[in-house]
Amino acid sequence: MPTLTPLEIEALSLSLKVGLWSALTSLPIAIAVAVILGRTHFPGKSLVDTLVYLPLVLPPVVTGYFLLVLFGRRGPIGGPLEHWFGLVFAFRWTGAALASAVMGFPLMVRAIRLSVEAIDPGLEQAAATLGAGRIAVFVTVTLPLMLPGIIAGTLLGFARSLGEFGATITFVSNIPGETRTLPIAIYGLTQVPGGDAAVLRLVLLSVAVSIGALLASELLARRIARTTA
Amino acid sequence: MIAPAPLSSEPATSLAIDIEHRVGHFTLAAKVSTGPGVTALFGRSGSGKTTLVNLIAGLIRPQRGRIVLGGRVVFDSAAGIDLPPRRRQIGYVFQDARLFPHLSVRHNLLYGRWFTPANRRYAHVDAVVELLGLGALLERRPLHLSGGEKQRVAIGRALLASPRIVLMDEPLAALDSARKAEILPYIERLRDELALPIIYVSHAIDEVARLADWLVLLDAGRIAAAGRVDEMMSRIDLRPLTGRYEAGALIETRVGETDGRYDLTTLTFAGGTLRVPRLTQPQGSLVRVRIRARDMAIALTLPQDISIQNAVAARVVEIGTEPGPIVEVALEAGGIRLVARITRLSADLLRLAPGTPVWALIKSVALDRHTLSPSPGGSQAELEL
Repeated sequence: MPTLTPLEIEALSLSLKVGLWSALTSLPIAIAVAVILGRTHFPGKSLVDTLVYLPLVLPPVVTGYFLLVLFGRRGPIGGPLEHWFGLVFAFRWTGAALASAVMGFPLMVRAIRLSVEAIDPGLEQAAATLGAGRIAVFVTVTLPLMLPGIIAGTLLGFARSLGEFGATITFVSNIPGETRTLPIAIYGLTQVPGGDAAVLRLVLLSVAVSIGALLASELLARRIARTTA
Repeated sequence: MIAPAPLSSEPATSLAIDIEHRVGHFTLAAKVSTGPGVTALFGRSGSGKTTLVNLIAGLIRPQRGRIVLGGRVVFDSAAGIDLPPRRRQIGYVFQDARLFPHLSVRHNLLYGRWFTPANRRYAHVDAVVELLGLGALLERRPLHLSGGEKQRVAIGRALLASPRIVLMDEPLAALDSARKAEILPYIERLRDELALPIIYVSHAIDEVARLADWLVLLDAGRIAAAGRVDEMMSRIDLRPLTGRYEAGALIETRVGETDGRYDLTTLTFAGGTLRVPRLTQPQGSLVRVRIRARDMAIALTLPQDISIQNAVAARVVEIGTEPGPIVEVALEAGGIRLVARITRLSADLLRLAPGTPVWALIKSVALDRHTLSPSPGGSQAELEL
């Protein structure tokens, strides 16, 4: 087995770290948004709907620019976050995770929302007549039945994050060891004369990781389907 | 403990409602109270049966009114009382079972029990599993159950929440007739062995006749009539609502001797005796017989050379006034009401009028397992749950 160069290890582990953090931190919000969009009706719902799906259709560079403006150290959100919580996004790996989370968010919400809408509300009514309160109904009936969607959504978000480039490079640039994920490392090497061999290795690595993520998602979904069907 | 002890001073009332509910152009206005046992809500689809049950369960909130379940006020718009479904202590059996697909049968059964405080639990898992014959299904997933099995599990799940009242919304409607025949005895056991009031929604009069003590007739969102099921079934003015084909008088009879040579069992009731194909019920037990109006003929004198052996002396009480070729004739025999369905021509030829003494003739073969069932309360044994 060929050994990985320090640069490859750095890019790979950074990509995995960014992917995990972006997927896991946005998951609770994605679940909440999916349940609200899938189950409730309120004025302005279509506006929220549009906003959630916007990163899917906007040029990633535009999304990255918005992040830069909003979450920069002097931005209207980034400033207070740093002041009160010491949380900095600009030009840090956390910013890469945020960019990935925003870009993957529509995919996660979509997958989870489909599973919410597929749940028969009659089952939740049945649980209520059996003595379960609203939270108990959600935890014991709704959430377990959403599980296939939650897992699919999380893995989609993670996989999307592995390929995230445009918003990330716009927002947090290309900083070795901090924001240089696999795609950004590949892009950087293509700009350097004689980097072809290194690019090819990184490309193969990237393909392997993506296929692995998709396979894992497929296997998990099948297992869940077996136990809940 | 066999069933929950009544909490209030109205133990004889299982259900008292007086509500008004409007959805779009449909208004449901219902005021009725019924006694212990099985109360059937009967009516065509769209008459408001399911809406009424959902109001009782608390799944829908009526605009106005009051609902009392087993002496407990669960809804009162004037007093601002509206208990959520989970606090109404109901056991709701839905038409489509609604088992939790992600849980095994065992965990479905235990679901409601888990939310019931220990001091209010009276139903024991083993007893319910035994009552409903669920032993072999416990580790299965709902997906792998037949329709009848699903409905049995749903009934067990409702019982294990230790409810004070059971609501059944057409629990047999989605099943074929073989599955229906499989479930009905279990519901009869529930009725006879637990002292639990049951609200049973149905649009099948044969189920109602077999199971119910009380009948509430719903028509276009209103209660057209309500009363004891035997009285209601012999009222010919309610025929348009109870249906014609399957309708007929309900009589409670006592099982007598069985003739070994011809395999015929004698049933006695206040109006006389009936002979029916051999019954399995023990001698002395009570059996409810539905004599479909279409299975009864009328003669002015006792016919001698006729195959029909069941002849009951009766007199005409009332003749239906509906237009058309067929009329319903209400009879009375020993204080028991019977109904015959004959042509208007026959009624005129026999010159039937209120007071006319007649013989009511019933074919024995018309009295079979579709029209015979154990009487409610006929079994004295009570089950420990």
